[in-house]
Amino acid sequence: MKYIVGFGRFWYDFIVGDSVFLAIGGVAMLGLGYGLVQAGAGSMAELLLPLTVAATLVVSLPRVRR
Amino acid sequence: MHNVLLFGSAFLASSVEMVEAMTIILAVGVTRGWRSAILGIIAASIALALIVGILGASLVQFVPIDALRVVVGVLLLIFGLQWLRKAVLRAAGLKAKHNEDAIFEEEVSELSAVSASGEGLDWQGFVVCFKGVFLEGLEVAFIVITFGANSGRLDISTAGAVAAFFMVCGTGLVVHRPLARVPENAIKFTVGLMLTSFGTFWGGEGVGIEWTLKEPTILLLVAFYWALAYVLIAALRPRAETTLATATDGGVAG
Repeated sequence: MKYIVGFGRFWYDFIVGDSVFLAIGGVAMLGLGYGLVQAGAGSMAELLLPLTVAATLVVSLPRVRR
Repeated sequence: MHNVLLFGSAFLASSVEMVEAMTIILAVGVTRGWRSAILGIIAASIALALIVGILGASLVQFVPIDALRVVVGVLLLIFGLQWLRKAVLRAAGLKAKHNEDAIFEEEVSELSAVSASGEGLDWQGFVVCFKGVFLEGLEVAFIVITFGANSGRLDISTAGAVAAFFMVCGTGLVVHRPLARVPENAIKFTVGLMLTSFGTFWGGEGVGIEWTLKEPTILLLVAFYWALAYVLIAALRPRAETTLATATDGGVAG
C-alpha cells in the first residue's frame, strides 16, 4: 500500500506540481479543442486553443499571489 | 533532378522536426542539467530504434501518432504554463528570483540525500527530453518511410534525414555553450514560452486541429505568449511595488 501511495504521489507531484488549476486547465483546453474539431469547427479551435491557454495563464496568476 | 528534390524534401522536413527536438534538448540541458537531458536522448533513441527495427516500414500503420501528440502536448502545456507563470511572477517581483547561495545549500543537502539513496535523476527533465526526442524521432521516421515508399528510393530519403541530423546536431553543439551564459531566469522564461507553444501546437494537432500555417504556427504562438507575458509582467509590477512598500512600512513601524 505504501508503494502504491508513493507511486501515485510521485506522478501527482510530477504532473500537477504546485498548481492543480493549470493541470486541469491543460487537459480541459485540449478537450475543448477536440470537441470543436468533432463539431466541425476546426478553424475556430485553431483560434480558441491559444486564447484559452492565455486565459488560463492570466487566471492562474492571482491565485498564486494570494 | 527527382532524386535531388527527394533528398532536399527529406532533408528539410527532417530538419524541421529535429530543430524542434533540439530546442527541447537545449532547454532541458541548460535549465535542468545535461545528465537528465542526455539520459532522455539515449532512452528515446533506444525506444525509437526498437520500434523502427521491429515495425520497419509498417510503422506508419501501427503507431497512433495523434494519441502520442495529445499526451506529449498535454504534458508540455502543463509544464510550460507552470514555468511561464513562475517566470512572470519573478519578472514582476512577486516571487523571489533564484538565490544562488540558497540554491547551493539546497543542492548540497539534496546531493547528500541522493548519495545515500542512490537516486538523483531529474525526472521532469528526463521525461520532457525523452518525449520530445521520441515524438520528433517518430515523425522523422514517418517522413523517411513515406517519402521513400512513395518514390521507391528509401536510401535517398534516409540520406536526407541523416544529413539533417548532422546539421542540427552540429548547430546544437555550437550554441549550447553561449546559451549557458544567459541568466537562468531569462532562460526559464524562454523555456516556459517554448514548452507552452510546442504543447499548444502538438496537443492541437493531436486532437485534430489542422494549423493553417503548419510548423511556422509555432513561431506565431511564441510571439503571442511572449507579448502576453510582457503585458502581464507590466500589469503585475505596480502591485509588487505596493506590496513591497507596505511590507517595508510595516517593518519600520514594527
